[in-house]
Amino acid sequence: MAKRGAARFDRVIDTALALLAWLVALLVVGMVGWIVADLLRQGLPRLSWAFLVELPGDAGRSGGIRPILISTLLILGVCLAVSVPIGLATAVFLAEFQRGHRGFGPLVRYSLDTLAGVPSIVFGLFGNAFFSITLGLGFSILAGGLTLACMVLPLLIRSMEMALRAVPAEHRLATAALGLPQRVSLLYIVLPAAAPGLAVGLVLGIGRALAETAALLFTSGYVDRLPDSLLDSGRALSVHIFDLAMNVPGGGSQAAATALVLVALVLLINAFTSWAARRWLGSLHSTTF
Amino acid sequence: MTDLQICLEAHDLSVRYGGRPAVSGVGLQARRGRILAIVGPSGCGKSTVLACFNRLHDLNPACELRGSIRLDGQEILRPGVDVLALRRRVGLIVQRPNPLPLSIGRNLTFPLRHHGMGRRSDRQDAARRALQRVGLWEEVKDRLGRPASELSGGQQQRLCLARALVLEPEVLLLDEPCSALDPLASAVVEGLVASLRGSVTILIVTHNLAQARRLADDVAVFWNRDGVGYLEEQGSADAVFTSPRSPISAAYLEGARG
Repeated sequence: MAKRGAARFDRVIDTALALLAWLVALLVVGMVGWIVADLLRQGLPRLSWAFLVELPGDAGRSGGIRPILISTLLILGVCLAVSVPIGLATAVFLAEFQRGHRGFGPLVRYSLDTLAGVPSIVFGLFGNAFFSITLGLGFSILAGGLTLACMVLPLLIRSMEMALRAVPAEHRLATAALGLPQRVSLLYIVLPAAAPGLAVGLVLGIGRALAETAALLFTSGYVDRLPDSLLDSGRALSVHIFDLAMNVPGGGSQAAATALVLVALVLLINAFTSWAARRWLGSLHSTTF
Repeated sequence: MTDLQICLEAHDLSVRYGGRPAVSGVGLQARRGRILAIVGPSGCGKSTVLACFNRLHDLNPACELRGSIRLDGQEILRPGVDVLALRRRVGLIVQRPNPLPLSIGRNLTFPLRHHGMGRRSDRQDAARRALQRVGLWEEVKDRLGRPASELSGGQQQRLCLARALVLEPEVLLLDEPCSALDPLASAVVEGLVASLRGSVTILIVTHNLAQARRLADDVAVFWNRDGVGYLEEQGSADAVFTSPRSPISAAYLEGARG
């Protein structure tokens, strides 16, 4: 009798846990759905080709976001041009040359994990002090991009390191046993095999960079003119959204439309990144003999 | 044995992992073109010793080799040795087949290309010959562009054998090459190893004493004392299997111990 009671109790608990899991999952999907629906409701009416290519007017209440879109892409370009080579090289160093629990590697990993937890506003202060003032870059796209690069590097490096470590050790062993140098195994086997994981790291980094507002206020500034060069100040999409929503009465729907553009940009870049990664992975299975 | 017959020779070889001894004082001789079977219970350092012969332990900084290994009379444990050239001369096959994540054909042409064989047609010819040598050509000739991972375990192991042979090594190190395979595939690989007698010097680690009996010209029995592996007895297969000198190897080969 006691046994049957216990079995029934187990069944009730199992059902309750399953229900809870479903509920939580629904909640997550629901929240995303709500955000997107709200953005679409407020922003979609404002969205048009003109919105993308026109200059903003009346502090952003009217007109479009052309200079802001261009500044954002330039800031992201500077950020990636600096952070991807450094990030990939550091990840290779950690995953291929410092696998152990002793030596220089753990120190680097510990520093990176600490940096990853530093609030972005602190990176902004640092970027302002170092890039804008000490290096004399002022409020510029260059200073903003470099500050973002510092900010996304820890994330980029750690996720790329994980991707490289996930490549089976047997592949490295097999190439070494064939008398091939580590360079060959890295370039032709390990990196292509890790491409999807590397892309995930890159997407995370790009997402964080595009979402960043606080660090850019201090570094790339918030001038909404079309920038002439990388040394010009430029306003990022996230800063524009912040400004319209908080400082410009009546800017709400323009902010929502800008947010829609930002979301679409992130999705577009993610899709392109994973397509490129699949092509790279596919190079392993090239059918040429 | 005259010196001319000896292809590979270890003298007073010891291996330490992070300062802890794993194998000590091994003196081993492999005759040219013959098959040397290395047998013994688990954990007596057979695989550890095998990986010394192509210096694969260099990949593990915690691993330390002492003693001497001579290949054709040349010391290979010296610091200045060209390890990549050595590994080209001394191939290795491991227990679980480890094809590269490439197509079947490129598993063979990839090492050739990066060892400097410039012409594609040369690489393709060499790859075809290696596949024929392991009896895989007829099975895969129509799907050379398919991923190697689609092959069965036995086919993968033969592909790995072909990949080692395509570099025309003098020595092949086989670390339990059949233990992850089903009996039929195992018999095919064993037959291949036997067919290489005379052209390549082979060192094969195996837990399968019947296989060792069928294949070996010479046998080395490893044992361990307080967790440290050592060579208990070595000699021609006939001598070691019919009248072992050491009581430990006698008991082991009868199946009473280990």
